[in-house]
Amino acid sequence: MSAVLAIAQTEIRIGIRNRWVMLASVILFVFALLLVLLGSGPGGATRADGLTVVVASLATLSVYLVPLIALLLSFDAIAGEIDRGTLQLTLASPVSRGQVLIGKFIGHGCVLALAVIFGYGVAGAVGYFLGHNVGLDGIIDLGRLIVTSIALGATFIAIGYVASASVRQTGTAAALAVAIWLFAVVLYDLALLGGLITSSDGLFAKVLFPYLLLVNPADAFRVFNMAAIDAGGLSTGLAAQGNSMPFQPHIAIVSPFIWMVIGLGLSTLILRRVQP
Amino acid sequence: MNSVLQTHAVSKHFRKVEALNAVSLNVAPGERVALLGHNGAGKTTLFRIVLGFLKPDGGSISIAGSKPGSKQARRSVSYLPESVAFPKMLTGREVVSYYAKLKGARHSDVLSALEKVDLVDAADRRCGGYSKGMRQRLGLAQALIGDPKLLLLDEPTSGLDPISRQKFYQLVSEFAGRGTAVLLSSHGLSELEARTDRVAILRKGVLVANAPLSDLQASANLPIRISVRSTQANVDRVHRQLGGSRINGVSVELECRQPHKMAQLAAISKLGAAVNDVEVSPPSLDEIYRHFSNHHDHAGDAK
Ligand SMILES: Nc1ncnc2c1ncn2[C@@H]1O[C@H](COP(=O)(O)OP(=O)(O)OP(=O)(O)O)[C@@H](O)[C@H]1O
Ligand SMILES: [Mg+2]
Repeated sequence: MSAVLAIAQTEIRIGIRNRWVMLASVILFVFALLLVLLGSGPGGATRADGLTVVVASLATLSVYLVPLIALLLSFDAIAGEIDRGTLQLTLASPVSRGQVLIGKFIGHGCVLALAVIFGYGVAGAVGYFLGHNVGLDGIIDLGRLIVTSIALGATFIAIGYVASASVRQTGTAAALAVAIWLFAVVLYDLALLGGLITSSDGLFAKVLFPYLLLVNPADAFRVFNMAAIDAGGLSTGLAAQGNSMPFQPHIAIVSPFIWMVIGLGLSTLILRRVQP
Repeated sequence: MNSVLQTHAVSKHFRKVEALNAVSLNVAPGERVALLGHNGAGKTTLFRIVLGFLKPDGGSISIAGSKPGSKQARRSVSYLPESVAFPKMLTGREVVSYYAKLKGARHSDVLSALEKVDLVDAADRRCGGYSKGMRQRLGLAQALIGDPKLLLLDEPTSGLDPISRQKFYQLVSEFAGRGTAVLLSSHGLSELEARTDRVAILRKGVLVANAPLSDLQASANLPIRISVRSTQANVDRVHRQLGGSRINGVSVELECRQPHKMAQLAAISKLGAAVNDVEVSPPSLDEIYRHFSNHHDHAGDAK
């Protein structure tokens, strides 16, 4: 156990020292602040809590930024250590390969959590003071967004490990990570949209589409947050379909967690066969 | 004595390359064994097999009675790879304490390991700014932690200055004195400064020698070189009587085998005042190493 904590602590330390935490926080903060300032304009006089309006757009921002940050954080985890020769030393000591991954996962998870909490927290505070009729509801919505964003990030950290353990070069791992991001948050949605357009009344739109949203952890994250803030009218894009779901949209949050377990399990299996 | 490391007929090939061919090598507690060989001889491959990173094609290995790569085996072994780059953002102390925690070693081991490799002053600086030798010593500090039964050191002295190198061999002897078995790889016999109990030489994956240095010296049976200094007037007579070859006008150089050494010296002393000085040089460590590591070449290097 102390080995796992030592690995986690080292990842956090490296994340803070090489300014990863700061950089990711600033990126999230700048984008979030833009949305806050746009959302709190005088024109936005709706019934809804001012902060809730902001959270709805932040949820969409999270879908793009958080997986990207997570993958950039994790692609180097195994391939980089093979490159630098430190994996040999780690694996020469009596820790299991599963422990190595869990330790890194906790460490990278904390780095990402710090960035999300700082970035969204500060932006949320600005929204709190600028927004109209901000109440407890808005704060709860923001808190839920932060927690689920961290979960979404952790999922993509685990998926990044699969990429990192599958190849020996960091460069290849980086390319793989970018490809995963592009597929999960851009191409997948485009394909679904294309499907909707070509068969708006058919089997695809009525039966398959909601489940296909559920399969992708990033889409599932958006479905959950939109449903949770109960702001179907505010939401845009694919998740607007959430109202006509054949299942309780709240269960969508299970999807990222399932992918997290799959990612960790798969990367452990692959790492077992890696020759450091 | 029961060996800590036992390898029996270990073979390994990578596609067409025969990296190791039936290598049998044992290291007993407290024994210091040097593993020598040309580039690509298979030294690192043997280490990686002993650590359980690579599966051998054949043969058997045991580390303190356990299989390579098993938890028990990994508890007994410490490893210094030939090249490793520690995270630049961490200090030397953080690096060593990280590996101490992975090995479940005492925290007090961290400082004592840093002391042993003379890194206490630099311990709180980030290791990205370390010199090559300092980085090498940091790797060594990491390996010294946790009372290993077997130390596997792959080219531990590369990048070390002569004083650090001497300190390194002292450290190795200290650990061996406490019962640690040490297997270290190196590129030349002369580098070892005769600080090991046994020398094993790999050539193209085959173990061609495995004996104490003095035994290797004897079995190589290389000629001893005797250099006789005479005067300008007498050097011709000396050359006629002793044979050999003339060097720089006043000296004669002879080669002779060990059994004939005393007879040869007696012949020289008979020459009396015609001889100013005699220098006897046994075959150098490099010559012995070359003899074993490159059998086909050794005829060509007599000057
Ligand atoms: N992973 C690998 N894939 C393919 N060939 C390999 C691999 N590892 C080692 N070899 C080959 O096996 C042989 C032995 O290599 P090894 O690294 O053990 O040599 P070495 O004695 O450590 O050399 P050096 O003194 O240069 O460090 C070489 O011919 C090398 O090319
Ligand atoms: Mg080597």
